[in-house]
Amino acid sequence: MQATETKKTDIKLVEKPEGYEGAGFFATSLEKVVGMARKNSIWPLPFATSCCGIEFMATMGAHYDLARFGSERLSFSPRQADLLMVMGTIAKKMGPVLRQVYEQMAEPRWVLSVGACACSGGIFDTYSVLQGIDRIIPVDVYVPGCPPRPEQIIDGIMKIQHLVENESLRRRDSPEYKAMLNKYGIE
Amino acid sequence: MDSTIQEKIIGILRDKFESEILSVESPYNFLTFNLRQEKIIQIIEFLYTNPQARFQYLTTLCGIHYPEQKQIAIMYQLHSLTNNWRIRLKIFLPEENPVTPTLTTVFAGANWMERETYDFFGVRFTGHPDLRRILNVEDMIIFPMRKEYPLEDQTREDKKDFMFGR
Repeated sequence: MQATETKKTDIKLVEKPEGYEGAGFFATSLEKVVGMARKNSIWPLPFATSCCGIEFMATMGAHYDLARFGSERLSFSPRQADLLMVMGTIAKKMGPVLRQVYEQMAEPRWVLSVGACACSGGIFDTYSVLQGIDRIIPVDVYVPGCPPRPEQIIDGIMKIQHLVENESLRRRDSPEYKAMLNKYGIE
Repeated sequence: MDSTIQEKIIGILRDKFESEILSVESPYNFLTFNLRQEKIIQIIEFLYTNPQARFQYLTTLCGIHYPEQKQIAIMYQLHSLTNNWRIRLKIFLPEENPVTPTLTTVFAGANWMERETYDFFGVRFTGHPDLRRILNVEDMIIFPMRKEYPLEDQTREDKKDFMFGR
C-alpha cells in the first residue's frame, strides 16, 4: 500500500560544524558546538511599543513563523532572555526602563533594533522622543523600515544568528567589550 | 449657543464682576470672556455656586503662549450640566513670570491639568498641592510648548545638511 511507504521528509536539520569524523567519533572545537547550540535556540524578549510590534506578531505567527529559527520561545523576563528586540518608538521617559531591562539580562546578550524609531527616532524628531536606542544601550543589528516587513525582521534575526554563531566564547570577558559597556555607563 | 442665552450669561457675570471683564467675544459661537487675572478663582467659584449659572464641571484647562504679546494665557472651559451651557474664560499672565492661584480649591480635577500646564508652559499655580512635571522627564530643563524652544530634538545628527551632500 502507498500509506506504509516511508515518505522523504523536507525537514532541514542544522548542519554539523567543521571537524574530524571517523568511525564512531566526531571531533570539533567546543566554541563551534556552543555557537551552533546558541544560534538555534535564541530566546527573544520582545520590547514592543508600537506598530513594529504588530509586524513582530506577524513574524511570530504561522505564516512567517520565527519558530523555524529556534526562537519560538519568547521570554517575558529579561533574566532568561538572550536577545532584546526593541520594536517601536522609545520616549525619553521610557529610556531608563529600557536600560534597566537590558541590565537585567544575563550575558551573553544581544540587541536587535527594529524599525526607524528604535534606530534613530524616525519621524518623531521631537523633544520627548529618544533619538535612537543606541544612545542608551549597545545595539548589534539595526533593521530599517517604517515599519519593516516580517521578512526584514527575519533577516535581522538571521544576522543576529550569524553573530551568535561566530562569537568567541571569550569575547564578553575582553577589555574591548568592557570598555564598550563602560561607554554606555553600564557596570 | 443661542445669543439670548449668551446675553443671559454675560448679564450674570456683569452684575457681579463688571470691572474684571476685559472683553467678551464669541468665536465659532463659543462664548469667551477675557478676564483680569486677579479674581479668576472668585469668578469661577461664583459661576459654580450661582443658582442660575451652575457651571459645576471643568471641561479643561490649558496654557497658550502668545510670543508677540509676551503673554501666557490660561484658558478654562466650564460646562453647566444642568443648563447645558459651555463657556470659556481666559486670563493673561506675563511671559517672564507666570504665576496664578490654583483652581484645585474649586475643582479637585484641576490638579493634573495644572501640572500639565506647568510642565509645558512653566506656569506656577500657587497653592497647588503637588506642582511637578507630569508628562515629560523629570530632569527636563525647558518648557517645551513655549515657542522660544524648538520642537525638534537638537542632538539629532541624521538630518543635518552634510548627510545630504549640502
